[in-house]
Amino acid sequence: MSKNELLRAENVSQVFGGLRAVSNFDMQINRGELIGLIGPNGAGKTTVFNFITGVYQPTTGEVEFDGKSVVGLAPYEITQRGIARTFQNIRLFSELSVLDNVKIAKHCHTKYGLLESIFRVGRYESEEKQIEDECRELLKIFKLEDKIDETAKNLPYGAQRRLEIARALATQPKLLLLDEPAAGMNPQETHELMEMIRWIRKNFGLTVLLIEHDMSLVMGICERLYVLEYGMIIATGTPEEIQNNPEVIRAYLGAETIN
Amino acid sequence: MSSQRKYDLILILLGLVIFAIFEILIVTKTIGAFWQLNLLLIGINIIMAASLNLINGYTGQFSLGHAGFMAVGAYVGVVATTNFHLPLFVALILGAVAAGILGFLIGLPTLRLKGDYLAIATLGLGEIIRIVIMNIDYVGGAAGFKGIPHLTNFAWVFFAVLFTLFFIKNFVNSDLGRACIAIRENEIAAEAMGVNTTKFKVMAFTIGAAFAGIAGGLFAHNFYLISPASFTFMASFNYLIMVVLGGLGSLTGSIAGAFVVTFISAALADLPEFRMIIYALALILLMFYRPQGLFGYMEISSISIFRKFFDRLKGKRDV
Repeated sequence: MSKNELLRAENVSQVFGGLRAVSNFDMQINRGELIGLIGPNGAGKTTVFNFITGVYQPTTGEVEFDGKSVVGLAPYEITQRGIARTFQNIRLFSELSVLDNVKIAKHCHTKYGLLESIFRVGRYESEEKQIEDECRELLKIFKLEDKIDETAKNLPYGAQRRLEIARALATQPKLLLLDEPAAGMNPQETHELMEMIRWIRKNFGLTVLLIEHDMSLVMGICERLYVLEYGMIIATGTPEEIQNNPEVIRAYLGAETIN
Repeated sequence: MSSQRKYDLILILLGLVIFAIFEILIVTKTIGAFWQLNLLLIGINIIMAASLNLINGYTGQFSLGHAGFMAVGAYVGVVATTNFHLPLFVALILGAVAAGILGFLIGLPTLRLKGDYLAIATLGLGEIIRIVIMNIDYVGGAAGFKGIPHLTNFAWVFFAVLFTLFFIKNFVNSDLGRACIAIRENEIAAEAMGVNTTKFKVMAFTIGAAFAGIAGGLFAHNFYLISPASFTFMASFNYLIMVVLGGLGSLTGSIAGAFVVTFISAALADLPEFRMIIYALALILLMFYRPQGLFGYMEISSISIFRKFFDRLKGKRDV
């Protein structure tokens, strides 16, 4: 495995009863890349996210992250290794404030223990202050600093999506998985989101894998694309290559098979 | 000294002042024997409600067996003082440790269950604890344990309450408490944020059980006799009512809930035939008009009239 490689999925299949959601899936992502995963509805894109993050255990195959296998680990252990994600259907801590949402994500980098929190001694004070500062900083980047005390469920939809990304970043990941970050956003918001993804990738030194249906966003920022259909990769390549790939056009437009 | 620790110290000082006021009222016999007993019960119920709130309200795990842990604390405590002549303090700690260990052992397998299933499992386990105690002749079986020294007084209860509230307040305002609250809010998201959900559910359950053990010890040493009949699932329900009535996820709510429920049942002691009817009606009305409980998720320090006062304690300047 080359040093530059961050994630490798080899020959992964995911079977639910009689349904093969994903079969013979191969993927390889290098450090610093921005990769898109596209495909028609029900193609198995979110399933891919779920077996990378440990929500599902792949039926067969191997997933390696940062040189080590992550198959069999629980989702929280995978987050601690450095993979963070957002969800297609937003899963915020909806009754909590915006700030608390992000603070929770600092969990795996907090070291103080039970007695230190009860008696507020030792590392409690300094770590809590650091958590607070870092969270405020993150929220500023995502233009949520004036909504810090707002309850998360009261935020507008676009802001909720931004908060989810901010929360994922607070876990300090190496690899960020975004599941339809632009869903429900208007073109203006989508454009801003694109700029933001570019910016955070550069400034946090992140590797990003995103699922998206909005082609302007996918073609605008992704360097490489994987196209899934019926759980199988039908094409990979640069956005230009994908746009001209007859298989992809068939999958998306439903045209007759071109031989 | 840091501002947060200063705030804690001021709150403790405030607690001492309240303690002094009540103690004077008791010594001068302004509070009679009947209300003095109810004051102790309110305190014990506050410990029960606050510790159950940590499990049900903050961590969102619906437990219905809290009286079982109280029974363990009570019986371990009375054996320690009556049979081994240990001081009450040691008895309370032994009771807390025993209830905590049992909570840990029960929590590990049952907390895999969710919602209704967990409620039924904990209900059953609470009953198992009671029935096991009922069949141990060493502690008197169904007839109960007799000849317990009367060691509980207002000071013991008050400082146990203060310690419980202090402990739980600081727990939920730490990273560990945030992890528990995250589990309540969205378990899948909590796991995705790196929270080991099983660990924190079991942690909350164990801490809650340990405090129920302390409450049990205080309860037992207030009477000359305890029997398994005091720890039925009806008792568990009663603590649950206090928590829900006060507000799931609010410590102030647990205090208010324990106070209101104990007060209503004491005030209606003269009308035994109407007591349960009025009690039930009060609950129905409350759930109609305030389903989130008296305090919802709010604490007294975040309600606007009190906020200024608490902010000044914390040393915040007006902005």
